[in-house]
Amino acid sequence: MSKSRFPISFSFVANRIGTFLLTVVIAATLIWVIPRMSSVDPAEAMLGRMASGAGFVENSDQILSDLRERYGLNEPMLQQYFSYLRNLVVFDFGVSVASFPTPVSQLIAGALPWTLGLMIVSIILSFVIGNAAGAYLAWEETPRLWKVAIPAAMIFTSIPPILSGLLLMWLFSTQLQWLPLSGSYGLNATPGLNWEFIFSVIEHGTLPVLSIVIVSFGFWALGMRGLLATVQGQDYVRLASTKGLKPRYILYRYMVRNAILPQVTALSLKIGLMVSGQILVESIFSYNGMGKLLYDAILDQDFPVIQGISFVVILMTAISVLIVDLLYPLIDPRIRLEGGRS
Amino acid sequence: MTPPLLGPKAKKYLLLKFDSPWLNRKLLVGLAILFTFLLFGLLGRFFWNTDLVFIGSSPLNLPPAGFENLRGQAGVGAHPLGTESAGRDMLALMIVGAPNTLFVGIIASVIGIAIGIVLGFSAGFIGGRVDAVIRVTSDVMITIPPLMVLVVFQTSIGEIGIVMMGVLLSTFMWQSPTRLIRSQVLTMREEGYVRMARLSGATTSDIMFKELLPNLMPYLFGSFIAILTTAIVTAVGLEVLGLGPQRVPTLGRAIYEAIASAALLKNMWWWWGIPTALLATMFIGLLMINLGLDEVSNPRLRKL
Amino acid sequence: MGNEQIVLSVKDLRVYYASRDGDVKACDGVSFDLRRGEILGLVGESGSGKSTATSGILKAITPPGRIVSGQILIDGEDVTEFSDDDMRARRWRKLALIPQSAMNSLNPTMTIHAQIADVIETHEGRQEASALKARILDLFSRVGLPSRIYTMYPHELSGGMKQRVCIAMSIALNPAVVIADEATSALDVVMQRIVAQTILKIKEDLGVSFVMIGHDMGLMAQVVDRIAVMYSGQLIEIADVRHIFQQPAHPYSQMLIESVPSLTERKPLRPSSGITHDPRNPPSGCIFRLRCPHAGEICAQSRPPLVEIRSGQSVACHLWQKNGSEAYVRSAV
Repeated sequence: MSKSRFPISFSFVANRIGTFLLTVVIAATLIWVIPRMSSVDPAEAMLGRMASGAGFVENSDQILSDLRERYGLNEPMLQQYFSYLRNLVVFDFGVSVASFPTPVSQLIAGALPWTLGLMIVSIILSFVIGNAAGAYLAWEETPRLWKVAIPAAMIFTSIPPILSGLLLMWLFSTQLQWLPLSGSYGLNATPGLNWEFIFSVIEHGTLPVLSIVIVSFGFWALGMRGLLATVQGQDYVRLASTKGLKPRYILYRYMVRNAILPQVTALSLKIGLMVSGQILVESIFSYNGMGKLLYDAILDQDFPVIQGISFVVILMTAISVLIVDLLYPLIDPRIRLEGGRS
Repeated sequence: MTPPLLGPKAKKYLLLKFDSPWLNRKLLVGLAILFTFLLFGLLGRFFWNTDLVFIGSSPLNLPPAGFENLRGQAGVGAHPLGTESAGRDMLALMIVGAPNTLFVGIIASVIGIAIGIVLGFSAGFIGGRVDAVIRVTSDVMITIPPLMVLVVFQTSIGEIGIVMMGVLLSTFMWQSPTRLIRSQVLTMREEGYVRMARLSGATTSDIMFKELLPNLMPYLFGSFIAILTTAIVTAVGLEVLGLGPQRVPTLGRAIYEAIASAALLKNMWWWWGIPTALLATMFIGLLMINLGLDEVSNPRLRKL
Repeated sequence: MGNEQIVLSVKDLRVYYASRDGDVKACDGVSFDLRRGEILGLVGESGSGKSTATSGILKAITPPGRIVSGQILIDGEDVTEFSDDDMRARRWRKLALIPQSAMNSLNPTMTIHAQIADVIETHEGRQEASALKARILDLFSRVGLPSRIYTMYPHELSGGMKQRVCIAMSIALNPAVVIADEATSALDVVMQRIVAQTILKIKEDLGVSFVMIGHDMGLMAQVVDRIAVMYSGQLIEIADVRHIFQQPAHPYSQMLIESVPSLTERKPLRPSSGITHDPRNPPSGCIFRLRCPHAGEICAQSRPPLVEIRSGQSVACHLWQKNGSEAYVRSAV
């Protein structure tokens, strides 16, 4: 057996990146195609929105034909499609209608770090807390108290995070007034690497993160509970106890380490949903991420922004999935040398 | 490992072990909750005047009976759950809105699981190119957050009804049943009893329906509940953003209107609180069913 | 006989499983002693209780099973009433196991060396890296494993290699007793021979005592010193290998011996007569009487005790009675 000991095979990586690119292209295409399925003329719609504040427009014909010229609406569909794709690669989403003439990419660039930060923190927290809770729930040696307390904490599972967000907001912001109601940092804190700012960010981020974690950790807990229960009955776990290994060591190295594998797979499947949920949480907390941007854009009927955000969110999700997929062979030795996933 | 069980403790363990698996406590509680929810929606209209769901039919901003709002007005018995700022009665709104929310989810998940069964079986059984196409399509679509595409859809196309929304949602609901069924079929295909069926001349559809489908039932139920939950969550998400059906009342829309009218600041907690509570109840019911089904299909979980 | 050290002593062990219709007496009063450097073979059909008995000795019985009564002494220490923690400290150091399915008994996400290292370090504390490696490689050589498997994962090994890894692991702490649960059952004949030879070698080199569970009498005969025969939860005969093959005392042992194919003799294939009973509803008196061609009235009335009919052979059967001069003879009942 002289196989290479390198963890990840080339075909595996190529496969995953291929899927990633395909996902991005299909998503981009969907976003482009769907609006064109309606009978609305983009130029007229744009003019209508811009004119909604004015009331009457002079030279509407001239403006319309200029707009069409500028946005290449006179070109054949296929060419428009390729220009669109080319623009996407450099993240050119056009300009915002509501905040004319700010480029959409600029608006998104301002909101992206906030969304990303929230996303990373809440996904990691839910995953870790959830799997730990599920493992302890299924483990034979857990004291009975925890086995009652944990399910009680899971009562909010599978409730959409917006609802939990509302409840938490009502409880902690309006009633108890312990935590701020909106925004991602206080008005009196100057952005930068100072303690005041960092503290303010944490303060403002607590409720959004909490809303997501409270409702998501239950999913991981349930999954882990089932997986661990199955793993607990496996022969190698039995031998581990016969070997006289310490119970907690067996829990982590023999049980969780094996049960976590399907959970990691599930993570890559769930990221899409978690991101959707987060966008909504941001919108109700007016957190300065892409959720708020989206909510405002819908209100303003700012279509380029909506398109841009949709694409970026899908891109973020696809990248996260790619990262998780590439990480998987590092934890499952059986996959490493086979070059693919069943 | 575990200390020896003696006497009465063993008896108690026995009782848990040998009841019928389908009489699972959690499953029954969950089903009861959902059933009550449905009844509330379907029969409510016979006990309460649902005309009060129209704008301007009731006094504005009344709190539920027994409470006072910021202006010092007290709730009245005629509107036991209060009213909102467009003059709609909350109880009527709930009675009409609750089933709408549930129906969108049911339509989406029924279509989704039907597609999932067809595609999953085809992929698992036929294999080859068909399998490759189905697998890649479902993998790609799982990564795409449904919310974003639906947002794009609705902001360009416009108003959609309940049924249309359900159908739209179903385009994102078939992927996980397909994956699940496909992997189960792939495993089961090699099992002894399937080979026996093939050898004894059973047709493909025979094998599918008589051999495989019965064994897949627990997974199918679990999957159905899971996607029902996801469908409703996504639908509510869209509604809370202001999208979704706009001419018919839904629970999510009520919450949207509440937020848009700054109900939080006006302390009109009933406006967003009651739909939230109803939704929460429904999700808890769905969760219990999910947990119960988990335990039915994985006996090891029953003693936990 | 005599004063050789006894490393494992089991006295009247009873392990019952709770079921809706009453307890299943999977192990009902099993007693035997294992001497240092001895290999005891434990044979019986499926359902005879051999695995249950050894699980009981390992104190690895899980609900709905429970240890009802009995005493287990390992290396002189009475572990029957030991708590989980006390037992855990003695595991593997005193009593080790070669599990039945080596295929599934190794952690898929751990390298081979890590799985042996962890049991060493748990019981002996942190080890110096190169010494630990040398020790593990030495274990490999004892069981005939190549050193390149050191960094491999279980799924990269063949079945026979995995089995030998389990054997190597079992002697890692030089235990007094190793229970080999059907160690050869899942292997081909070539591997069976290799494993059997390995076990013999370990016994000779390290003085480890083995309890070998199996149902292949022929293979057993080549390896073990004594054989204990179990039927439906009871130990019905225990004797030196020569005695049991030349003069099996219990009718059931006779059946087993006769079923071993011979290279020299042509024997007719004789299926056993009589019925096997429902484990929840065992017959009164002797447990074997429903299948025994020699059963008599006394067999339905009382359970025969295990008596030593001569040096190196004990049997539980009413057919064996003392005649006037205190020697046991077999007669009809």
